[in-house]
Amino acid sequence: MKTLTVISGKGGTGKTTLVASFASLAKREGVKIVLADCDVDAPDLYILLKPQVKHKELFTEGRVARIDPEKCTGCGECYSHCRFEAILVSDGRYEVDPMECEGCGVCEYVCPSDAVEMRVREGGYWFISDTEYGPMVHARLGIGQGNTGRLVTTVRQAAEEIAAQTGASMVIVDGPPGIGCPVIASVSNTDLVLIVAEPTLSGIHDMERALTLAFHFGVKPLVCINKYDLNLKMTGEIEAFCREAGVEIAGKIPFDQSFVEALAYLKPAVEYVGGNLALKIESIWKRIRREMEV
Amino acid sequence: MRISVASGKGGTGKTTVATNLARALYESGLSVTFLDCDVEEPNAHIFLNPQLYQVEPVISKLPSVDQEKCVGCRKCVEFCVYNALAFVGGKVIVFPELCHSCGGCSLVCPVGAISEVDREIGIVEMGYAYEMPVLDGVLKVGEAIAPPVIKAVKRKGEEFPADVTIIDAPPGTACPMIESVKGSDYCILVAEPTPFGLSDLRLAVEVVEELDIPHGVVINRSDIGDKGVEEFCAQKGIPVLMRIPFDQRIASAYSEGLMMIDVDESWRDRFVEMFRRIEGEVR
Repeated sequence: MKTLTVISGKGGTGKTTLVASFASLAKREGVKIVLADCDVDAPDLYILLKPQVKHKELFTEGRVARIDPEKCTGCGECYSHCRFEAILVSDGRYEVDPMECEGCGVCEYVCPSDAVEMRVREGGYWFISDTEYGPMVHARLGIGQGNTGRLVTTVRQAAEEIAAQTGASMVIVDGPPGIGCPVIASVSNTDLVLIVAEPTLSGIHDMERALTLAFHFGVKPLVCINKYDLNLKMTGEIEAFCREAGVEIAGKIPFDQSFVEALAYLKPAVEYVGGNLALKIESIWKRIRREMEV
Repeated sequence: MRISVASGKGGTGKTTVATNLARALYESGLSVTFLDCDVEEPNAHIFLNPQLYQVEPVISKLPSVDQEKCVGCRKCVEFCVYNALAFVGGKVIVFPELCHSCGGCSLVCPVGAISEVDREIGIVEMGYAYEMPVLDGVLKVGEAIAPPVIKAVKRKGEEFPADVTIIDAPPGTACPMIESVKGSDYCILVAEPTPFGLSDLRLAVEVVEELDIPHGVVINRSDIGDKGVEEFCAQKGIPVLMRIPFDQRIASAYSEGLMMIDVDESWRDRFVEMFRRIEGEVR
């Protein structure tokens, strides 16, 4: 069983649309897959794959402090030791800002009057679902919750376990934008990273950082360029950069209005569009299968 | 006034709106400070082209264990909820990427074997575009925790008070986004009119409601897609501040690092007008 993670650095380059298309192609070709939507704070894959939730679980990793106003003597020890600016003070009364609290427990440790209690943090929900393309694991981060890296790890591990149990040959991870903790949790120890770039200065800048991240964690990257014909000069620059860095371009997808239309019909692009666009996506998928030997 | 520009979904045009708004207001005679808080992928500098003036490291504290003093009681390992410390082969080992710098381990160590050392996790860059201070944070690749760099950008930004401070926030709805928009007088949410755009806008609205920040929506590429975002805003009573139709010239200028105002001067007035409306909403 192998894991593919699709990332981009920059948001909105077409990760989710591609992942949904790969799912559709896998089904057509009889490749058993499990999907994992690791963009847990802005998940969109469910819109295209319409999962039927079979199992729902509360995500409770981490803790949050609470100060008992009855026991608090207003000494301010918690305030002066908290590194996260999570203790609020007004009129000599101390309170925890749950959005800032990282659950370290320092306030509980330094409180001389035992007024701080560490409670389990309810950080959101995660789901195991069925889709017509195979099982899917996804999540919804609670509003104002921060523990995304751990939630991503939970989602990925569940997807990989299901794949092992059901004999699926591949887990496809729809990753988040950026390069921070949820991306690191999505990328580390995967077998292949596909970076979806776009031919803009911002797209190139962000792709470079995403590539550096893949190298940092020792995962082989492939790059594909979406909407490549919107700026051929920038596409040329991406190609030159990748050549220099020894990174293969797995394919280039032309700009096509029907890509957006497919979204409005809530369908993976390859099921809605035909012709050249579908062929380009298919050839990227073939390249990935060859690389991962599935 | 502090205005943050955010979105749930990435790639909807946050940086486009933030940079054009900043430049329009600056050119209308207001003093403006620009803070790029998308420290994982900071891009505003591509459009504003600030002359770099100053670079400061962002330092995080990391425990350093004096193995001579350590008695192997493991109190630090037990205390650390981030699993950044482990007791292996009779020694305490530190995993820097997992450490949140809470300082708990050095507090609980009974023999004073743990001190803290500085570790650079990113930088804050400061420069001027025209005469407008432009600051951004850059998280080091491989570092996991963005909020300390965002905090550092906001702290440094306080040294440049202005009529208007514009904050370009990262995508998503988790801690980096919250850290960026927190304390704003107003939040502009940039959305695209697609099912993805709507789904992520809903989440972003929940966050700004929770934070009690007045907000409005800019619909980008407003003529491609569906009516979902418009209907959602109407139903929730959220003002639609601006609609930016898809324009091949804007898209192509964007790809080369140019701004909407470079393509079509009339956008300057429209951004200033949007600001006046926001002023009205805030008061």
